Amino acid sequence: MTEPLLSVRGLSKHFTVRKGFPKPKTTVIRAVEDVSLTINPGEAFGLVGESGCGKSTAARALLRLVEPDGGDVRFAGQDVRAARGKDLIALRRRMQIVFQDPYSSLDPRQSIGSALTEPMRVHGLARGEEAKKRALALLEEVGLPPNAYDRYPHEFSGGQRQRIGIARALTLEPELIVADEPVSALDVSVQAQVLLLLRELRQRRGLAFLFVSHDLSVVRWFCDRVAVMYLGRIVEEGPVARVLAQPLHPYARMLRDASPEPDPALRGALPRILGEIPSAAAPPPGCPFHPRCVHAMPECSVTLPKLRAMPEGGSVACHLYG
Amino acid sequence: MSATVSQPSPLRRAAQRALANPTTTLGAVIVLLIVLGAVFAPFITPHDPTEQDIISRLQAPSADYWLGTDQFGRDIFSRLLYGARISLVVSLGAIAVSIVIGGIIGMVSGYVGGKFDLIVMQAMDVLLSFPSLILGLIVVALLGPELVNLVIAIALTAIAPFARIARAPTMALKERAFVEAGHALGYSHTRIIFLHILPNILSELMVMGSLWMATAVRVEASLSFIGLGVKPPTPTWGGMTRDGFENILDAPWLAIFPGVAILLLVLGLNMVGDGLRDATDPKLRNE
Repeated sequence: MTEPLLSVRGLSKHFTVRKGFPKPKTTVIRAVEDVSLTINPGEAFGLVGESGCGKSTAARALLRLVEPDGGDVRFAGQDVRAARGKDLIALRRRMQIVFQDPYSSLDPRQSIGSALTEPMRVHGLARGEEAKKRALALLEEVGLPPNAYDRYPHEFSGGQRQRIGIARALTLEPELIVADEPVSALDVSVQAQVLLLLRELRQRRGLAFLFVSHDLSVVRWFCDRVAVMYLGRIVEEGPVARVLAQPLHPYARMLRDASPEPDPALRGALPRILGEIPSAAAPPPGCPFHPRCVHAMPECSVTLPKLRAMPEGGSVACHLYG
Repeated sequence: MSATVSQPSPLRRAAQRALANPTTTLGAVIVLLIVLGAVFAPFITPHDPTEQDIISRLQAPSADYWLGTDQFGRDIFSRLLYGARISLVVSLGAIAVSIVIGGIIGMVSGYVGGKFDLIVMQAMDVLLSFPSLILGLIVVALLGPELVNLVIAIALTAIAPFARIARAPTMALKERAFVEAGHALGYSHTRIIFLHILPNILSELMVMGSLWMATAVRVEASLSFIGLGVKPPTPTWGGMTRDGFENILDAPWLAIFPGVAILLLVLGLNMVGDGLRDATDPKLRNE
């Protein structure tokens, strides 16, 4: 078996909030708790879950855009958390991020050309005419005209800006791209174009993706493997076809049933969804999902289920399969 | 996709919008005339501003002495033009220094945040609590009435407001994804602050600068008036006003003309600054 490109073990990120006067109360928000995943070279790994489940924070923590509090992150064998100075910059070159909001992800006062050549200059990859040549090639690769080079972000639509963001992420020729909800801010028709572009780039450049999304159909189409997150933890993980077609974890099932079914003949009554996502500041004891779970057993409120490999493929953290 | 629209800088757009307003245009004309007068003073002035001529002392305005003469027989008009140089150089220098220092303090403080930000901004608040004239007076009294010291004194009084003006948008900008993208691309903090945050807040700093120019002119004139300005015989507007006070009953023009000059320059700068501020105010932009 090949060495994984990215391997994450027990990643956690807690935020502490101090509120109140005169006696401030400290609350710890466990945004990401014990998240483990591996991404192989060229593989697209989906991370799904509802809003606030910590999927974006997990993605940022493994890039060290927020400092993780615990766990082990290795990129091609190299310890990401221990990297400092030059080592960290070298690592950053190999993993890039595409953001959700194409309107805030570009510097409004920087021309597209400058935004694309600056990373090359900083990393000493190319400068001057050579950098411009590369930037123009990137623009072409993401489907933008060469005259975009001298223009500014405000002259572009959301979809075009997202293409620019993708081109910028490619300037350093990374091996892994973390795509944080890359299409959720776009119109549906534009979503499809940008997704096609991402898949094309993936095939042509052999890029690995960590694809963060709440849209199951997008993940089904784009990814090879997927992990379902709930309240900062991964509850189920496995090949995308199996996990999204026959989810084992009750939460993954609920998530699948809640996503729209295009064929009216197949539509049934929507399942009843119990309660709301609990606060990550006060997660319930035992399995974090038990207050909303229809299969909850006494054991669920006491012990936290561990991720267990399943014969169907992948692994699941649920006492039903214990 | 065909028409290539080049983006004018926000400051230039603001200037265009501001000049659509007649008050701003009038202010700009006043300031421009004074600047031109100061720059070309040696070619315009009919007399040497420091040449004393006891015989023609305290003359009323005439064809020869357009604005009259002072108690040493020096030409008021010539002295006013040379005095404008001091006013403009001191205030422009002071504002330039305080934009640079205050801007850096504000950006770094807002960017770093946390306890550092708290301490720096408390220090700025202390500085802000001094009225500019009092602070200027303390510094000039300590360092001596030299041109450079005047610049330092007035710059010191304007650093805190520029730090405040730079800090607020920096705090907003650092949360934007393009700053995070910069981190992901391996940019240094210095690069992010000076190449990505600064261009986005520059227009706000410049607008603030034009408003504070007026204050700087006023403080310089006030310090000269109480004798802490550039030393005589170099003509300064504040100093001329004070000199004129001794003869205010028999030769009122001695105090009136420099006073009017100060008034016009401060008024003109304020009109320009107000116009620029309104033009960059997002709430008023679409009216």
